[in-house]
Amino acid sequence: MRRSPRVGVWLPPLAPSIFLLGLFVAGPILWCFYASFTNSALSGIAARRPKFVGLDNFTTAFTSPDVAASLWLTVVFVVLSAVVGQNSLGMLLAVFLQHRGKLLRGIVGTVVVAAWVLPEVVAAFAIYAFLNAQGTLNEVLGWFGLSQNWLYTAPMMAVVLANIWRGTAFSMLVYQAALSEVPSDLVEAAQVDGAGPVRRFWHVVLPVIRRTVVTNLMLITLQTLGVFGLIYVLTAGGPDNKTRTLPLLMYEQAFKFGQIGYGTAIALVLLVLGAVFSLVYIRSLKAEV
Amino acid sequence: MRGPRLVVNLVLLAVAVLFVAPLLWLLTASFDTHGSLAAKVPGDFTLANFGQILNWEVGGRPLVNGLLISGGTAIIAVIVAVLAAYPLSRFQLRFRRPFLYTILFTTGLPVTAIMVPVYGLFVRLSLVDSLLGTTVFLAATALPMAIWMCKNFMDGIPVSLEEAAWVDGASSLQALRSIVLPLMAPGVAVVGIFTFITAWGNFFVPFVLLLDPDKMPASVGIFSFFGQNGLVAYGQLAAYSILYTTPVLALYLVVSRWLGGGFSMAGAVKA
Repeated sequence: MRRSPRVGVWLPPLAPSIFLLGLFVAGPILWCFYASFTNSALSGIAARRPKFVGLDNFTTAFTSPDVAASLWLTVVFVVLSAVVGQNSLGMLLAVFLQHRGKLLRGIVGTVVVAAWVLPEVVAAFAIYAFLNAQGTLNEVLGWFGLSQNWLYTAPMMAVVLANIWRGTAFSMLVYQAALSEVPSDLVEAAQVDGAGPVRRFWHVVLPVIRRTVVTNLMLITLQTLGVFGLIYVLTAGGPDNKTRTLPLLMYEQAFKFGQIGYGTAIALVLLVLGAVFSLVYIRSLKAEV
Repeated sequence: MRGPRLVVNLVLLAVAVLFVAPLLWLLTASFDTHGSLAAKVPGDFTLANFGQILNWEVGGRPLVNGLLISGGTAIIAVIVAVLAAYPLSRFQLRFRRPFLYTILFTTGLPVTAIMVPVYGLFVRLSLVDSLLGTTVFLAATALPMAIWMCKNFMDGIPVSLEEAAWVDGASSLQALRSIVLPLMAPGVAVVGIFTFITAWGNFFVPFVLLLDPDKMPASVGIFSFFGQNGLVAYGQLAAYSILYTTPVLALYLVVSRWLGGGFSMAGAVKA
């Protein structure tokens, strides 16, 4: 690697990315901090001349039962669909598929990845049709007299299942890559010592892939925090706001009700949540940069 | 060992069935004259659903818009990211580590959260309802990941090759273009395709930043199948979903052939 004292050499190639990231990413984040202290709105006087309102938006946000409810729903959504669902199912599939025949690996791998490759809206339509009162699931459950409109009777379960269905492939692929790098002599030595498959996994494999687990958890948590389209298409936050996670609440307040200032305060909560997870993610990678 | 083995195989097959079940509807309804919401073998097999959406208004324009937005996003992101990756990979810069950490940090932030201020910014810059504005914004959000991946790919190319070119009197930019880029072409293609696929599937950004239905990409245009009276042409919706998914599927297959699947993790988890 060369030293480069001259600004004229390193700055020009970096300039376009610094400009774009500054204008469209860093700028909006800073504006979030500023606007959340104003009564900025989509229309009316507050749109042209937003006034500084101090901590009003935050006072409203933190005393609002809506924000509290959405925050709780976001936590439930992230924990159930990402941390528990995608992570565990992805790991289970990776472990189960490790020493299977080519055919089974091919079939399972393809269908799981297919759900992941679909565009978000198409995935949402597919799940919408599957869980609908007239959908495929009810056709089957109808034989046992169990059919119902899942999007109304169990909306949170529906969006959680949708996100697990859509995102498990990512974790599966991550863990497949990690498992393929676990030294086989370690596992064989444990086998010779008489450890069964479960103990081998728990005491030998898991410690080796520990860092991958942390990284994967952070990544899928961050991806799931920002999920909007999937929930918007499936339930639009309803029924009765039972699936209105923070991104949906932010959209509703800012764009439907025009409360930009208040909407940014909610966005800020989301950003801070994301930033905390992002920091943990970077720490887990730190030694490698 | 036969017992547990059988159980594992059965579990895997059950998971496969559960994962494929929601996809069946897309296939069956799209070929059914009376497509409904449940997956069933088409009683009345037809290609009419595809015929009905293959016109400019319904099928053509949103796909072309999507192509313009996603293609533009990929091209801008790749060019800007390759340029940025060069000094980050080749020079000993004092701010290199903080810069890379900031980039990595940014890859994690949910873009959803900045859509409100971005909308405000677009109003100020008179960029609302502009295809170009939307494309440049999507490129900016794709940049952190693109720079990160490009830098890693570039690190894999020995500096000694460039040094030979410098001895022959080539400038940095010439060395980048004639030596480094050809060698990392597969990596650049992966970054480009990854960016394209992500932009192609993006729903929230065009949904917020574009107003004119004629400018909507397929990810948003797909909602035109929900008629004003709540009547939905399910067969056409399914057919359109398949049409809209096909390019992404094809590109994914191309890339997974190159890198053996799961290409997006190459940049993310391995760092």
